[in-house]
Amino acid sequence: MSSSKKKKLTPVQQEYQELAKKREPARPIWQNCIRAFLSGGVICLIGQCVSEMFVHWAGFDEIEASNPTVAVMILISVILTCLGVYDKIAQWAGAGSAVPVTGFANTMASAALEHRCEGLVLGVGGKMFKLSGPVIVFGTVAAFFIGILHWIFNPGEAGGH
Amino acid sequence: MLKGHQSWLFEKRPSIRGAATVVGPFEGQGPLANDFDIIHGDIRLGQDSWEEAERTLLEEATKLAVENAGLTKEQVNFFIGGDLMNQIISSSFAARTLSIPYLGVFGACSTSMESLAIAANLVNSGSAKHVLSSACSHNSTAEKQFRYPTEYGSQKPPTAQFTVTGAGACVVSAHGKGPCVTSATIGRVIDMGISDPFNMGAAMAPAAVDTIEAHFRDLRIGPDHYDLIVTGDLSKVGYEIANDLFHKHKIPMQKTVYKDCGMMIYDYEKQTVQAGASGCGCSAVVTYGHLLKKLRNNELKRILVVATGALLSPISFQQGESIPCIAHAVSIENGVE
Repeated sequence: MSSSKKKKLTPVQQEYQELAKKREPARPIWQNCIRAFLSGGVICLIGQCVSEMFVHWAGFDEIEASNPTVAVMILISVILTCLGVYDKIAQWAGAGSAVPVTGFANTMASAALEHRCEGLVLGVGGKMFKLSGPVIVFGTVAAFFIGILHWIFNPGEAGGH
Repeated sequence: MLKGHQSWLFEKRPSIRGAATVVGPFEGQGPLANDFDIIHGDIRLGQDSWEEAERTLLEEATKLAVENAGLTKEQVNFFIGGDLMNQIISSSFAARTLSIPYLGVFGACSTSMESLAIAANLVNSGSAKHVLSSACSHNSTAEKQFRYPTEYGSQKPPTAQFTVTGAGACVVSAHGKGPCVTSATIGRVIDMGISDPFNMGAAMAPAAVDTIEAHFRDLRIGPDHYDLIVTGDLSKVGYEIANDLFHKHKIPMQKTVYKDCGMMIYDYEKQTVQAGASGCGCSAVVTYGHLLKKLRNNELKRILVVATGALLSPISFQQGESIPCIAHAVSIENGVE
């Protein structure tokens, strides 16, 4: 909690929060980190295997293979979400399953599933980006600023034209 | 009759003539499974949406409660109910099906005892002969409204609670066999500045302690008056804090048995529920299923149920507001005087 908020608390509230804090089990940060490392690593390993398959069996080069690889990972994630498995994996894996592209696919698929009963337009269409919207908005904003920095520091390479 | 500052004494001893509980599959795997009337295998109950599923839970529980009371719904004067949905749609829509004159109440998870207290008061004052009181919640509707889509993969902290899928209903009557409602204490809203919606137990514990303290003060009794005192859904974290607060306020809770409904319904070893259970349905199904059964069997003589509610909305916590909480206490005794 920010310090500005804490100032508004009465002494009784502050005393209580100190008492409550002692009884609050902490998030197991190290355990979460190790699990995220393992599960995130496994998801990336699967991604790498899929990519290799496209390179060796389907004649893509390494750069070309990235697009179909992402599509396959998204498909797997959406199928697991629909089967009701992804959220169970996520409770164990945490950031490991949230950060890769599979997590992004899960945010969209889960929101679309959840709001399907409110209609195709306002339900699925309107609410699908409920969770992934912020990622897209701030991802674009971040890309814009990085683009400007790139343009300033590497003037020769930026712009494309 | 008003007793003390905020309590009602029901001198005519209205009785709980019939009760019913309906729960979802996850609750059916818990240790109290044998005490529920209907356990559904499908969390959607064969409906098209989570909201319809929650309404169906309540419709089944209310119909069965009226049936168990040996009445028809035409004989029931009023229906009092509430739930966690915006505009309490589950209860209002169930009231549409029941077509019993209806009072909708909202006290978040304290709704179960709020509606029971009002029902008992109506019967005790002669304003009604039979009143149907209910509360319900559904894990998926609550997740959808207050948190994230149900299939969204987010890691919950150990303080989080799992909303119960269940509905509990009872018929309170002026005459009839069954455990009696003897008193109720209406709580005030307490806000200790906790703003983490994943730590509701800590937010609600002070409200529970405040209401229990007021109950003892108003009725001039102590914890030893009861065989069992249960809070609604404080779960592990809130339960420990409540014990600390009782100790601090010098309330001798060691003279009775103190439990929490949120810690009774699931098996911590086998079910992933973090701190425990929550939701309107939690205290409703534990009270109307498990505890009433024990009262009827004479295993318990006198209990105090203190349902706790966190009065937040999805908008209020996004705006950084703290969580105001409330608790209502109702004492229930078995028929033997």
